Amino acid sequence: MIAYLFRRILYAVPILIGVNLLTFALFFVVNTPDDMARMQLGIKRVTPESISKWKQQHGYDKPLLINSTASGKDKLTDTIFWQKSASMFVFDFGYSDDGRSISREIVTRMGPSLSIALPTFFVGLLVYVSFALLMTLFRATVLDVAGVALCVVLMSISTLFYIIGGQFLVSKLWHLVPISGYAGGLDSFKFVVLPIVIGVMGGVGSSSRWYRTIFLEEIGKDYVRTARAKGLSELRVLFTHVLKNAMIPILTGVVVVIPLLFLGSLLTESFFGIPGLGSYTIDAINAQDFSIVRAMVFLGSVLYIVGLILTDLSYTVVDPRVRLA
Amino acid sequence: MKALLLALTFLSLTACDGGLWNDPYPAADEGKSILYTAFTERPKHLDPAQAYSENEYEFLALIYSPPLQYHYLKRPYQLVPLAASEMPRVMYLDQQHRLLPEKAAPGRIAFSVYEIHLKPNMRYQPHPAFVPGNDMLKPGGLRGVYGLNDFPETGTRTVTAADYVYQIKRLVHPQLHTPIAGVMSEYIVGLKEYAATLQDAAKAHPDDFLDLNRYPLPGVEVVNGTTYRITIHGKYPQFAYWLAMPFFSPMPQEVERFYAQPGMRERNLSLDWWPVGSGPYYLSENEPNRRMVLARNPYYDSENYPGEGGQGDAQAGLLSDAGKPLPLIDRIVFSLEKETIPYWNKFLQGYYDASGISSDSFDQAVQVSVNGEANVSDVMKAQGITLSTSVSTSTFYTGFNWLDPVVGGSSERTRKLRRAIAIAVDFEEFISIFANGRGIVAQSPIPPGIFGYREGCAGINTYVYDCVKGKPERKPIAEARRLLAEAGYPGGVDARTRQPLVIHLDTTAGGVGNKSRLDWIRKQFDKIGVQLDVRSTDYNRFQDKLRRGDTQMYYFGWNADYPDPENFLFLLNGPQAKASKGGENASNYENPEFDRLFEQMKNMDNSPERQAIIDRMLEILRRDSPWLWGYHPKNYVLQHQWLHNIKPNIMANNKLKYWRVDPTLRDRLRREWNQPVRWPLWLGVGGVLLFGLWMWRALRKREEAR
Repeated sequence: MIAYLFRRILYAVPILIGVNLLTFALFFVVNTPDDMARMQLGIKRVTPESISKWKQQHGYDKPLLINSTASGKDKLTDTIFWQKSASMFVFDFGYSDDGRSISREIVTRMGPSLSIALPTFFVGLLVYVSFALLMTLFRATVLDVAGVALCVVLMSISTLFYIIGGQFLVSKLWHLVPISGYAGGLDSFKFVVLPIVIGVMGGVGSSSRWYRTIFLEEIGKDYVRTARAKGLSELRVLFTHVLKNAMIPILTGVVVVIPLLFLGSLLTESFFGIPGLGSYTIDAINAQDFSIVRAMVFLGSVLYIVGLILTDLSYTVVDPRVRLA
Repeated sequence: MKALLLALTFLSLTACDGGLWNDPYPAADEGKSILYTAFTERPKHLDPAQAYSENEYEFLALIYSPPLQYHYLKRPYQLVPLAASEMPRVMYLDQQHRLLPEKAAPGRIAFSVYEIHLKPNMRYQPHPAFVPGNDMLKPGGLRGVYGLNDFPETGTRTVTAADYVYQIKRLVHPQLHTPIAGVMSEYIVGLKEYAATLQDAAKAHPDDFLDLNRYPLPGVEVVNGTTYRITIHGKYPQFAYWLAMPFFSPMPQEVERFYAQPGMRERNLSLDWWPVGSGPYYLSENEPNRRMVLARNPYYDSENYPGEGGQGDAQAGLLSDAGKPLPLIDRIVFSLEKETIPYWNKFLQGYYDASGISSDSFDQAVQVSVNGEANVSDVMKAQGITLSTSVSTSTFYTGFNWLDPVVGGSSERTRKLRRAIAIAVDFEEFISIFANGRGIVAQSPIPPGIFGYREGCAGINTYVYDCVKGKPERKPIAEARRLLAEAGYPGGVDARTRQPLVIHLDTTAGGVGNKSRLDWIRKQFDKIGVQLDVRSTDYNRFQDKLRRGDTQMYYFGWNADYPDPENFLFLLNGPQAKASKGGENASNYENPEFDRLFEQMKNMDNSPERQAIIDRMLEILRRDSPWLWGYHPKNYVLQHQWLHNIKPNIMANNKLKYWRVDPTLRDRLRREWNQPVRWPLWLGVGGVLLFGLWMWRALRKREEAR
């Protein structure tokens, strides 16, 4: 297991370098350091001198990838790519182009993002699996057909509709929770309850249908027939046998997203005024802040790799036949 | 089920703290003198040497005290002292530094000296930088410090003239990006050389704190504790307007030293994030992802509500607080609202005290009478909401590139082509469709409220409009077709090449959201048979094209720095051409006569002579038509009945200090409007219980059947 983990971590290094290089190339194909300076300095009264001063101060006055005027290792290290990327491998994200510490910003914003993402994830998982099991339990009945139809309807509605509709009904008409905003500690409850409910609702259609398909596939297998033949109740069959054996496909889709929960949700956070990480990357792209963009893409990649490793580890927990070597 | 019941119980319990269920603010804030407002984008800079945007000034104008400000009530806009005890005394000197009379010809004036006397005993906001020793913390002195509130002690001190001088020096600090450094270097004596001196000093000792006081700047001088002088080249009356901007606020050097210490930057403790001023408020909370809070500066006692105003202000109740110490509100809470829908709904629920109107909500909020007068709708009236409108000191225009061979240049042919297009593009229709009537058609670059603007027939662009019953009436489209034919494009076809005339418009507008606007503008050109090719591009490319002079037509706007015609007419001044000189004249327009008159006009005081020159300049512009003059937008602001002393003031960014709220009325109405509707909760719980029961029975039935 240790050797496996070590190998996977080693694989991650070239992947992260590749992601970094790709982000760098894509960003600088669209934006030049001059564009970035202009974006930061505003529209009015921007002089060529102030642009070159900004570039020099922020380290964007160097060549992009290869410094042909330098010698030795400086050819590679005295470049924008090296200066902006190397430190990230020790999780030193540096400063955004407007001078703020990126690490500090991530830590500050992570809490509000998690306060919505974690409950949405766990409550959602519970609801989706329960609903899927319910449809499986009543398969080929009116309830099943109605459940599937409901799933299709829910899947077809955009998340934005849930958000605006939810805000209109629950907050505007019924005055049950604030329309938007956030507070720390226990006070956050009234602010996060609606985004969580909407987040869960938004996923009911697709997730429940997917889990229903998995359960239906399992339910036709021999071990289920054997369990029934032993006289077990249908509920017991479903919960102790089918659910357990359906865990591998469920985990494949679920565990990998757990680390990514840190990154928040753009739409939900924007509409509900949650000060999370959801909009951090998008705002940075709009502001052409490369320092934030590369940090967030790097962090996203690391978390995704962590998610994949966790998924593999989780297989060994739910299926004793799986060995990581 | 248990979780649902728990959640309901928790919701009920949290609602029992006395607050309303949907109240986004703590119940403890009820009854307090707090103004609730919103911001849509976090300010990039809060350092007064670097900030220049409107959303930054919204905060800075309340935190800092420059020498001057705009009178809140009087119109036209008028400068009055803020930190200064009186308006600056201006002395004019000739080349030999001999005093000249006040009425001396501008050509004789080599220097203008502004002597500024400050009010005595003004003090800074409480801040740890004023605690002795905090500018030289020991290593590890920042352990446990993550924000300014983590410092155990704060202090203050009296504002001095030296602080104002220090801030002027900061305008060319090598580590700061001051947008007006270029302009000021042209005027303030010695500032350009001072910038070079600082640059050299910073290069020589890159790791040291750059002590600006070690380097004298000849153009600024501390006379005594409350008096300083600024010497500028020539005569530049507009300089007084700059003195009303945060660029000229006081900056205590110990604050810069405090923030320059190791470890501060890592904690996001910087002057750009935590400003330190002597204004009516200070920034007590800075979480721009959520909210920013301004609290009353306990040491601010230098200003009272104005005792006189404009016509009708007394009747409107705007003088009822005359003489009261400012500010009238204890705290201002700015919440981040990125989306318009939540913002609007929270305003209607009473959780914001004032609001602008987005296009989506316009019909709900405003009704326009047959004579074009805007009033709040009946629904708003029932809530006691009122509307204030004002024409902003900005302009949105479509420019022709003077360097383009088809539409640019001063030949009669291109002039006629531009005039034909000007008649065809119906901005009245544009305002009606896309701005809900919130704007007035521009007759020149100068908006109403700025010296040089003329009302009625005298101010009409006679090349595009006829004056009918004192009002402008757009010339018929036949006139545009005639001009087009005379320009060599009868029916929109080039008479020489027989090719249809295609004109390219560069704009940053694109995507589905702007499709209707772009379709509309194409339709306007269709009216005279000219094809319009809209080239939507991102902002960087657009700017790049303008810089290279690589456009034919482009869409742009300008927001005034100060209420003077010079600040609009310089946008068409030849020496300011963008392509050749990197200036702000994006059309690269050049007319020697206009440029000569501009030089003459720009340094004059407002007078009938200045008006006459501006009239001549506007006539040249209208004849040459380098822009489609476009429109000046109107601001519509809705406010609740508990908000008082509201008078639109486009120039003053510090107007919130004059506002007053009635928190008792606000709390009562909020309660009336926001009582929770509980039945959906019980219906939901009942539904879940019934469904559970039904399922349980169905399961039992199933098991029994097996």
